[in-house]
Amino acid sequence: MGLDVLFVLIPASLLLALLALALFVWAIRSGQFDDLVTPAIRILYDDDTEPDDGRAVPPEIQSGQAPRR
Amino acid sequence: MTTETFRYDDAIVRKFLIATIFWGVVGMLVGLVIASQLADWRLNLGLPWLTFSRLRPLHTNAVIFAFVGNCMFMGIYYSTQRLLKARMVSDLLSNLNFWGWQLIIVAAAVTLPLGYTVSKEYAELEWPIDIAITVVWVIFALNFFGTLLVRRERHLYVAIWFYIASIVTVALLHIVNSLAVPVSFLKSYSIYSGVQDALVQWWYGHNAVAFFLTTPILGLMYYFVPKAAGRPVYSYRLSIVHFWALVFLYIWAGPHHLLYTALPDWLQILGMTFSLMLIAPSWGGMINGLLTLRGVWDRVRTDPVLKFFVAAITFYGMATFEGPMLAIRSVNALSHYTDWTIGHVHSGALGWNGFMAFAIIYWLIPKLWGRPMAYPGLVNTHFWLGTVGIVLYVVAMWAAGITQGLMWRAFDDQGFLLYPNFMETVTRLIPMYYVRALGGLLYLSGMVLLAVNAWVTIRAGAPLPDQQASAPSLRGLAPPPAAGIQRWLEARPMHFALWALIAVAIGGLVQLLPMLFVKSNVPPIATVHPYTPLELEGRDLYVREGCYVCHSQMIRPFRAETERYGEYSKAGEFVYDHPFQFGSRRIGPDLHRVGGKYPDIWHYRHMEDPRATSPGSIMPPYGWLLANRLDTSNTAAKLRAMRTLGVPYTAQEVDGAVDALRAQAGQIAQRLAEAGVKDAQDKEIVALVAYLQRLGTDIKAKPVATAGEVRR
Repeated sequence: MGLDVLFVLIPASLLLALLALALFVWAIRSGQFDDLVTPAIRILYDDDTEPDDGRAVPPEIQSGQAPRR
Repeated sequence: MTTETFRYDDAIVRKFLIATIFWGVVGMLVGLVIASQLADWRLNLGLPWLTFSRLRPLHTNAVIFAFVGNCMFMGIYYSTQRLLKARMVSDLLSNLNFWGWQLIIVAAAVTLPLGYTVSKEYAELEWPIDIAITVVWVIFALNFFGTLLVRRERHLYVAIWFYIASIVTVALLHIVNSLAVPVSFLKSYSIYSGVQDALVQWWYGHNAVAFFLTTPILGLMYYFVPKAAGRPVYSYRLSIVHFWALVFLYIWAGPHHLLYTALPDWLQILGMTFSLMLIAPSWGGMINGLLTLRGVWDRVRTDPVLKFFVAAITFYGMATFEGPMLAIRSVNALSHYTDWTIGHVHSGALGWNGFMAFAIIYWLIPKLWGRPMAYPGLVNTHFWLGTVGIVLYVVAMWAAGITQGLMWRAFDDQGFLLYPNFMETVTRLIPMYYVRALGGLLYLSGMVLLAVNAWVTIRAGAPLPDQQASAPSLRGLAPPPAAGIQRWLEARPMHFALWALIAVAIGGLVQLLPMLFVKSNVPPIATVHPYTPLELEGRDLYVREGCYVCHSQMIRPFRAETERYGEYSKAGEFVYDHPFQFGSRRIGPDLHRVGGKYPDIWHYRHMEDPRATSPGSIMPPYGWLLANRLDTSNTAAKLRAMRTLGVPYTAQEVDGAVDALRAQAGQIAQRLAEAGVKDAQDKEIVALVAYLQRLGTDIKAKPVATAGEVRR
């Protein structure tokens, strides 16, 4: 009986993996991983022009604590 | 480089949020109904649209695609805009995404109880709805990737990577697994058959767990947990590493659903190995999520949103440890077909998916409506109801699963099965089914509390206007310098991704199309031949009623199984099974060798009232099969469709299909008449009996048992 679909599934999975690899390489080359510290903090700021609770910066960050790497 | 001011589309997030809550209540309610039906079969109410076997797919589709699906969209739409500092590129696409998705859910809710099903788990919907899913998913993808193109933040935060992986992979999985030849508007046959169909189904099925229930929600975790805690992710570097590891490893885990079945050994071991390796990246996510709260653990005591997040991530860790353990063949030999699998599913579904949804909703409502939850104390109550509910549910299922698994394989000191009557292994579980239903009731109660709390909060006044933000535009900025081909690719990342997607699609199609026309190069078992027209119609009734939900058709090569059911199942026996019906659960016994075991009248009485033939049974009655006339208007078309898929029906067999069907039906009706049942020959039950009597008989020709005789 055929597990002929493996001729599809394995290449498809490999192609998917290759696509992932290609995107990974693109990410490295275009500098996506050059700074692995700032992004984690950056998302905490909303850059809102109308802060919804009167406070755009979380208090823990305001207090000047440095985040762990 | 100008600073631009813009508004995020929050209206779409609100829509998805409300839909998440609504479908959460619906999906969990259906879950409670079916859990109760297992505890007390009378709750099937004798109605075809309410049988456990037709409602279970409604439950799974509702909680996976309606509840988690809408939650996923809610979270992705909220976080993506803020992470990319750009409004969704098209409000039209956003709304088409939303309304299209809800329409698909409604279509599922209508078709599944009516018996329109493909019977492939989490892919039951018939082909027109599958096409609609593809269309809506493409709309979502265009909207998402289009927003990536106009982003004002060059760096792609890790959550965005999770979303990209989910969108791309779900598309591939859905399309490949849903491929079918239509027979009529709401009936089709999977292009794959037997073991091959099983492989594709579980390549899809496990990756639906991976890329629909896990990766998008991990992405949401990486956005919402830091936001709720006011703390950055514990280790951004770890998040990158475990993301890429997860994406590379998950695709190969599918075969762990088919351990000790007729799937080739090497595939089983591949699935097992990759499933075990998955512990590492999964726990990377858990560790990262939990440790993000270092420094604010005191707030977990007082903030129920953080409680939900911590519990959710902990349940994620539990489930991603239990899963790999269950994927070990020797463990799976005990657990497969039992409630242990259901317990595992629900610790992940209720613990991880549910609690993540609740945490995000409770955090988002104040953000979107500008006021706190109307009943803050009820959020905490919800947390405890949910947690106790999960514990009751999961522990009941562990107990039930291990009990049943051990009973099935127990031998006495003479070497005979200790529990030769399958019924004993079912009735032993009933108390645990009550406990599980109680757990589900508590969990649903929590969900209802959320719905009430949200309703009152939302109705108290207007929502906030779309949040305004400002950020410098990236347009006109040169990308970082790089050499040669790299520079070309970098300058056009979206072109690159698009071409890669097209390449995958073309590659897939080029390999797929020949498969449709090339006959298998491995000969099936010589005595295995296609189903007769009557048997095929009977098989379609088996699919319609969802018999696979409780009954398996795959006998594993264990002495405990061969003693109970007969010869173990060979791959070659299933070559004409479009779709496969291996089943995942034995609430009733395996049926692969039921052919010839009981006389026709036994099956008639069994469908009429299962307790008449099997005292203590929890199977609902299927009396309408005895009354409904069999619809033969599509019989010839069905054989033609099967021929397209390589099943060797001759042209004469196709033309003479209905005549052959009537002749065979007449023989069965004759035997039923001798046992006291008149006028059965045009009824559906005759087709089902024909199919059941055929099961597993091809490898050994045996005459049908006469009335009064029951074969061992």
